[in-house]
Amino acid sequence: MSPSTVKLIGAFGSPFAHRAEVALRLKGVPYELLLEELMISKSDLLLKHNPIHKKVPVLLHGARTICESLVIIEYIDEAFDGPAIMPTDPYERAMARFWAHFMDNKCAKPFMLSVWSEGEVQKGFLKEVKENLALLQAQLEGKRFFAGESIGYLDIVLCSLAHWLTVIEEATGVKLVADDEFPDLRRWAKEYTSNEIVKQCLPDRDQLLAFYTAHLERYKMIAKAMLQQ
Amino acid sequence: MAGEINKGLVLLDYWVSPFGQRCRIALAEKGLSYESSEQELFGAKSELLLRANPVHKKVPVLLHDGRPVAESLVIVQYIDEAFPCTGPALLPADPYARARARFWAAYSDQVFEVGKRVWQLKGEERKQAREEFVRVLKNLDGELGEKPFFGGEAFGFVDLALVPFMPWLPSYERYGEFSVAEVPPRLAAWTRRCGERESVAKSLYPAEKVNEFLAQHKDDYGIE
Repeated sequence: MSPSTVKLIGAFGSPFAHRAEVALRLKGVPYELLLEELMISKSDLLLKHNPIHKKVPVLLHGARTICESLVIIEYIDEAFDGPAIMPTDPYERAMARFWAHFMDNKCAKPFMLSVWSEGEVQKGFLKEVKENLALLQAQLEGKRFFAGESIGYLDIVLCSLAHWLTVIEEATGVKLVADDEFPDLRRWAKEYTSNEIVKQCLPDRDQLLAFYTAHLERYKMIAKAMLQQ
Repeated sequence: MAGEINKGLVLLDYWVSPFGQRCRIALAEKGLSYESSEQELFGAKSELLLRANPVHKKVPVLLHDGRPVAESLVIVQYIDEAFPCTGPALLPADPYARARARFWAAYSDQVFEVGKRVWQLKGEERKQAREEFVRVLKNLDGELGEKPFFGGEAFGFVDLALVPFMPWLPSYERYGEFSVAEVPPRLAAWTRRCGERESVAKSLYPAEKVNEFLAQHKDDYGIE
């Protein structure tokens, strides 16, 4: 199957769509980016190809449809030739998958709620965010990237910590991480965001800030709904 | 506890845990011997569990020569990749088939997640959770289609990810507002078909046992 039949349904500012783009670019796979305007409505194309979750990213490869960013990354790694994204050793792969699962299932909600909620509730989530960041920082073990000397699966998965975190702090006025906290994560964030491949598909910081600022109320509502679940 | 922790395979488990059962089925399908270490989940957790899974403090955890792997689907993929020449492959070889397997195995968690809400919520919210629960089963039934197993002719990753939740369905009926009659017929037939496999039959407990367990732990599960 020729790589030119690859399309990615994404959205500006989505760290999940960014994950898929980085994976494609690391593998050297040309693709067409189709942008959704999620704050307005979801396109028929998106609803057709992801009827279950109705979310971005969705990878279209010829007649194939792949949903869920973590599934997409592993698919890109296995379906195309190019530098490996996942570690090769089974135990290291298990560790990478474990921390990816931790990020998406354990970190996402406290992170959201620590910036978009208020009062005592917010304090609790702030504490949890710091605990989660400490656990993640420990996985760096002084390496340049989570994957070692070069970018790999876990670096891509944790991208929102490298770029989105400070933007959201600025938009909401909530400081999650003090300037002297988590120095290894800070160093890694700089490495990640200055990587030549990553830079090609990282949303512009000012535009991202404007995006969150414009949609503050919307995110507060989403956080409120999350809290009730 | 008998045996060495630092040699071979040890599964930290809890008898009725569907997540533990996923791993048991996988190990049985591969024909791998392992030591089962039943853990205390209600009350003090063992030092071993806390050391093996400090992040979540949950079962299942697989120890392989002393090194821990946690998260049921991560464990199953690890088993498949660390023992490639032992027993059948749990995931298919083709990248697209693997992607579909990973998607649907992860989705099967929704049976448990949404099921919990059917118990825990009240009134209008419970009604919505119930509707979502029925939708989840419909989606899974749609993916299964007319195939004998989710991956086609062979039992595999998605089947072992989903089947442990099936004995819980009568409890969702009993404690929530779900009716077992609403389980799509193809999915019901698939459940029986999986149950005929030794790996599944030996790993799962009947619905009555699950029900008994839940009756004793209502508070822990938010059931009234």
